[in-house]
Amino acid sequence: MTFLKNSVSLLLNQQTIKRELLRSTVIEITINVILLALLTLTAISLAFTKDLFASVMLMGVYSLLSASFFVLMDAVDVAFTEAAVGAGISTILMLTVLAMAGRFENRALHHPRIALFVVIGTGIMLVFGTFDMPAFGDINAPVQTHVAPHYIQQSGAEIDIPNIVTSVLASYRGFDTFGEVVVVFTAVIGVLALLEMKSEEVRNSVAPAPMYQHKILRIVGKILIPPIMLFALYVQFHGEYGPGGGFQAGVIFSAAIILHAILFGVETTAKAISLPFVKVLAALGVLIYGSVGIVAMLNGGRFLEYNALAENAITGQHVGIIVIELGVGITVATAMMVIFLTFARRVGKSNGESA
Amino acid sequence: MNFLEQYNYWIVIVLMMSGFYIVIAHGNLIKKLIGLTVFQTSVFIMYISMSKVIGGTAPILNEAYKVYSNPLPHVLILTAIVVGVATTSLGLALAVRIKEAYGSVEEDVIQEKDLQQEGSQE
Repeated sequence: MTFLKNSVSLLLNQQTIKRELLRSTVIEITINVILLALLTLTAISLAFTKDLFASVMLMGVYSLLSASFFVLMDAVDVAFTEAAVGAGISTILMLTVLAMAGRFENRALHHPRIALFVVIGTGIMLVFGTFDMPAFGDINAPVQTHVAPHYIQQSGAEIDIPNIVTSVLASYRGFDTFGEVVVVFTAVIGVLALLEMKSEEVRNSVAPAPMYQHKILRIVGKILIPPIMLFALYVQFHGEYGPGGGFQAGVIFSAAIILHAILFGVETTAKAISLPFVKVLAALGVLIYGSVGIVAMLNGGRFLEYNALAENAITGQHVGIIVIELGVGITVATAMMVIFLTFARRVGKSNGESA
Repeated sequence: MNFLEQYNYWIVIVLMMSGFYIVIAHGNLIKKLIGLTVFQTSVFIMYISMSKVIGGTAPILNEAYKVYSNPLPHVLILTAIVVGVATTSLGLALAVRIKEAYGSVEEDVIQEKDLQQEGSQE
């Protein structure tokens, strides 16, 4: 403990920190050490277990721990996304696949000694690389002196929204984000191409038994669905002022639909949200994003140059950001719904074949 | 030499290598995807560690604060997380099709069946 205390004070001596912040910084660094140690523990136990169900649960724990770590590192938007995606959607997707692929790995490991040797060798070489890295939390590190000062000092005047992450995501790096949305959409097309079933196959399948007979789950779940959707809309439209935005909102909104599918059965949900329409919406989100770029070009600007969208540059930025965040939200929400429902329907097919 | 200066990066390496080990040593395709996710998250942790400024706060502008952590890695990782789950689901979809075609997601079983099929063709 004293070793840790000495190291923390040594690290802080190199920085210039206000006196009143010193105490909380020491606590922060201590939590950092503990959280990362827990993450290591989870990752190593993942390597040893052969129960895939346990692995998926450990993955959920791993994601939640890393989300807490991201909060500690001031990356609130990232933490939000990781908690919703990693601990939520990805866990449920993996569990759905386990329903088809079986729970246990029965095979021996492939040459575990050679693998361990390769892994440790690579690890040692990487550790050598870290000795040249700038110290953790150093404000003069190269990463802090390149474009970040411009974003921090100018985004208030240029974009005029408080959340810098949203400014960078939607405006400065709007092109990049457009690419990411297209990747998500492409993944949906890929999943549909691989797992989409014909309508007769759907009719012959035995849908996974819903939780319908569990009265408490059903009623509590039903009460929870509207607040989750409402929260998603809040996250969507509050993304300029606090942590949040289209990506997080989309994932949270789809969580409400997935909860409905778990409680009432996949086919009921597919009918309730009208799945073919949702597939069209996934494309519509990308279209909305792209057309903002085209409108900017028609107004005499460059692709995704929001300043050209309105008379006033700031108003143009606001309009552009709200519209493209809406496009992102729609695509991500529908993408997650379509992916989950396609997987869950496929469980019904393998049930129908074995029955 | 203070261990806390590099501690985060060392943990990243340990996490990355556990993911790498799972990918190369386990034969189950779903376990391999889990390993890839561990690997991926370790990269996220590295980026976010770099963005941290000691004594800084979350990059949401407010007059009360002067020092902010770097917002750029946050943006890169935020989108990478969502893209990550989308691509993982594509991998899972492939695993499901392999399970339906071969009756297993274990690498050696799949390879055995492939070899048998080649042998029967000759």
